[in-house]
Amino acid sequence: MTYIAKPKFHHPGLKKNELGYTHRDYEGKISTLCAGCGHDSITASIIEACYELSIEPHRVAKISGIGCSSKTPDYFLGNSHGFNSVHGRMPSVLTGANLANRDLIYLGVSGDGDSASIGFGQFAHSIRRAVNMTYIVENNGVYGLTKGQFSATADRGSKSKKGVTNTDNAIDLVAIALQLGATFVARSFSGDKTQLVPLIAAAIRHKGASFIDVISPCIAFNNHAGSTKSFDYVREHNDAVNRLDVLVGRDPISVDYAPGTVQVVEQHDGSRLALRKLDADYDPHDRLGAMTFLQKHAAKGQIVTGLLYVDPEAEDLHTHLDTVETPLNTLDEQALCPGSAVLDKINASLR
Amino acid sequence: MSVQSPISSVNDFVVRFANVNGSGSASANELFARSILRHGVPVSPRNIFPSNIQGLPTWYEVRVTEDGHLGARGAVDMMVAMNPQTWDKDVASIQPGGYLFYDSTKPMPTSKFREDITVIGVPLTAITNSTYTDPRQRQLFKNIIYLGALCALLDLDPKLVEQLIGEQYKGKEKLLSSNVHALHLGRDWALQNLKCPIGLRVKKSDKVGDRIFIEGNSAAALGAVYGGATVCAWYPITPSSSVAEAFTSHCKKYRHDPETGKAKYAIVQGEDELASIGIVIGASWNGARAFTATSGPGISLMTEFIGLSYFAEIPAVIMNIQRAGPSTGMPTRTQQCDVIACAYASHGDTKHVLLFPEDPAEAFEFAAAAFDLAERLQTTIFLMLDLDIGMNHRLCRPLKWDDAKQYDRGKVMTAEMLEEGRDFGRYLDVDGDGIPYRTYPGTHPTKGSYFTRGTSRDRYARYSEEGAVYADNMQRLVRKFETAQDMVPRPLQANAAKPTKYGVLYFGSTSPAMDEAIGILEARGHQLDRMRIRAFPFHSSVASFIADHDFVYVVEQNRDAQLRQLIVNENGIDPVRLVPILHYDGTPITARFIANAIGDHQDHLKVTPLRKAVT
Repeated sequence: MTYIAKPKFHHPGLKKNELGYTHRDYEGKISTLCAGCGHDSITASIIEACYELSIEPHRVAKISGIGCSSKTPDYFLGNSHGFNSVHGRMPSVLTGANLANRDLIYLGVSGDGDSASIGFGQFAHSIRRAVNMTYIVENNGVYGLTKGQFSATADRGSKSKKGVTNTDNAIDLVAIALQLGATFVARSFSGDKTQLVPLIAAAIRHKGASFIDVISPCIAFNNHAGSTKSFDYVREHNDAVNRLDVLVGRDPISVDYAPGTVQVVEQHDGSRLALRKLDADYDPHDRLGAMTFLQKHAAKGQIVTGLLYVDPEAEDLHTHLDTVETPLNTLDEQALCPGSAVLDKINASLR
Repeated sequence: MSVQSPISSVNDFVVRFANVNGSGSASANELFARSILRHGVPVSPRNIFPSNIQGLPTWYEVRVTEDGHLGARGAVDMMVAMNPQTWDKDVASIQPGGYLFYDSTKPMPTSKFREDITVIGVPLTAITNSTYTDPRQRQLFKNIIYLGALCALLDLDPKLVEQLIGEQYKGKEKLLSSNVHALHLGRDWALQNLKCPIGLRVKKSDKVGDRIFIEGNSAAALGAVYGGATVCAWYPITPSSSVAEAFTSHCKKYRHDPETGKAKYAIVQGEDELASIGIVIGASWNGARAFTATSGPGISLMTEFIGLSYFAEIPAVIMNIQRAGPSTGMPTRTQQCDVIACAYASHGDTKHVLLFPEDPAEAFEFAAAAFDLAERLQTTIFLMLDLDIGMNHRLCRPLKWDDAKQYDRGKVMTAEMLEEGRDFGRYLDVDGDGIPYRTYPGTHPTKGSYFTRGTSRDRYARYSEEGAVYADNMQRLVRKFETAQDMVPRPLQANAAKPTKYGVLYFGSTSPAMDEAIGILEARGHQLDRMRIRAFPFHSSVASFIADHDFVYVVEQNRDAQLRQLIVNENGIDPVRLVPILHYDGTPITARFIANAIGDHQDHLKVTPLRKAVT
């Protein structure tokens, strides 16, 4: 990870969003990942989603663990605070940050090693606790920074670059997230930005635990024949159940949709998700159905993508803890310290 | 066996209750201790309990001490033997001339007793069973009945005990009257059938004053409330769990918005200690005051994050309620065994601030201060309690709070400061104290953001693997640690009545035993200056204290003389000058132990010179 400054000049006619920010205002430093890395496409999608949602760039906290994916928060939202924390521990750091200030947007970026192996427990528990966050796993099935060892999401039977066959069963983080009660669950592919950008935008607008598993081929160590996380393999086996448009504010629902093919989901914050069904029978409000659907398709070697589950009435950890609306990090002595008179009473009760 | 006259002592004796855990004895025993306090006589009670919920032996020891010696004394004057399982050991542990109180419902063979003690049998089961039919009631009231009998035997004023029961069951009339009834059942039986009082007696006094009776864990949790902690993340582990539980109950009382009823705090029971410290680090990074409470094994698990806190400079407060290690060790026994583990926690070159409270009052003060220190120094602060302070009620001075006090939020650059054009370098030492400025996430649209990382970086938080840049940062961290030396609680020194060449260093829960030991040693003709260390990094007065004496004893409750090692290492002291006095069997250190160990060493020093012996 080398520090490379990006030149600040840009085309004067660059489009601006509602807040007057250009696309460039959502960028970060120049990526130091390998040329063609799937993660860079995810970075670009995050930038795009934040630009389109007209988010104030500094009101996002980007938190990651360790690994190639966890380096990426340096490459987007340069005016946001970022935290490249400890391997597998992004979820706990993010949970704490979220408790301290409920008003920021929390973007957790992790990888398959970070979330399915060393941090599997933290991944699970942050989902269970319904932390209001967008949790993105940049899933390439391999340890990139340490040069090509299998990760826990590598499919059984898939081959490593060195020709070793993986004999362990794979962890499907989407299936786990569904089981643990995530209220927004999606899977996408770094090679399909048109699918990914609206999913990220919808996840950010979702109040609750949003999880997106993004298959993101590792160009250096997992893009060969025999890999089930290569660009070619994922393109061939991608089974998208729906396509999504995120409608914020008074955006009208596009007239392009053929009648009966669109399902509109209104989220808690007023944003609307227009889902174009690709699979007529798929119901993104049916958690159990989603789990079965996933398993059936996985058995056939298909990678199901799209918005797989959403609960628009989701609650989050702050709701469960019934915390005050004011961010805890802004409370002062007045609000927090019971004072000497109360202490005198406490003393009296201890005699 | 020689004829032993029964021990006779007023307001100075030890009663030990041998019970089975889960039998509801704890509240009756605590009531006993509190009753004596109400007589104006100090007590120092201790729980000696197994790592188990029901069925194993548990003891509760009450030292009655007019002189106010709050350390453990050792030896038992009266045993309330309610556990057949430990009978033999319990009977054997009574001092010659002591008393054995037992349930005489079932006859016991004479071989089960001793001739040199006074045996007091009360048919507790018989009395209980003839009064109560419900099995749970029988069990609970049996405890109150023995308390009643002890009232008569030790000459306690039943009115004071009734008063306490009244306070405990305020508004629960039925429970109140049935407890008072049980108390009198026991007391009346003893008065009618036994010679009351015995040689051990409680006489009203005025030695308690305005002191309060509180557990260290509860006091530390209250310190966190007063110190402005808003986020607590924890994982259950003995003997620290009651910190988080007390914090929860204090917050429920004092931290809800009066209008909305909403919580001005967030408490999360983590899935493990890694998550707990991760949540603390995340919350502190984001500007909230956050803490966790744990014990040795938890510290081991947290060390990677502790290194991050040190290196990325993120505040954190960790309350370590120490127990005997290593590994699972003796989870319900006390030690001061994590001094080194905490002082140098994590890989690479690290050093951390440790605070050593001596009792609940200091636990309260230091807990509150820990949050100021953590934010001022932007690093982890350890509050080092132990089981002896944490899980026992201790008589201590009342807790105090100055309403004029403002929290020290440390060096935080605000949006206004950034607007003014202040140079923000996250790791830039602008004031020469090694402490840089930080910004909270979300402060300013274009200024003041930075990328926090555990990897090395330059003064402006930009990633760098340059050797000079790395070394510059590491040296600044040393400077910061030197700054900490003058911010942490200073050592307290007390000199002997006469000038002496010998000194003693000690810390934490050793304090009451040490104070008492000084008196015993003086009586034996040994004069000692003493210094109680209250924090690491050590203040310069520690080195001068050692320099001023020929020998300095270092009294601690671990095997490896960890504080001594730390002093030698950090101050470059010749180890020969520091004599270790070590107690580490899991029981609290006693004055007798300290006085014997130091006294023996002192006696050896007084060897008659060889030349004189010859002539």
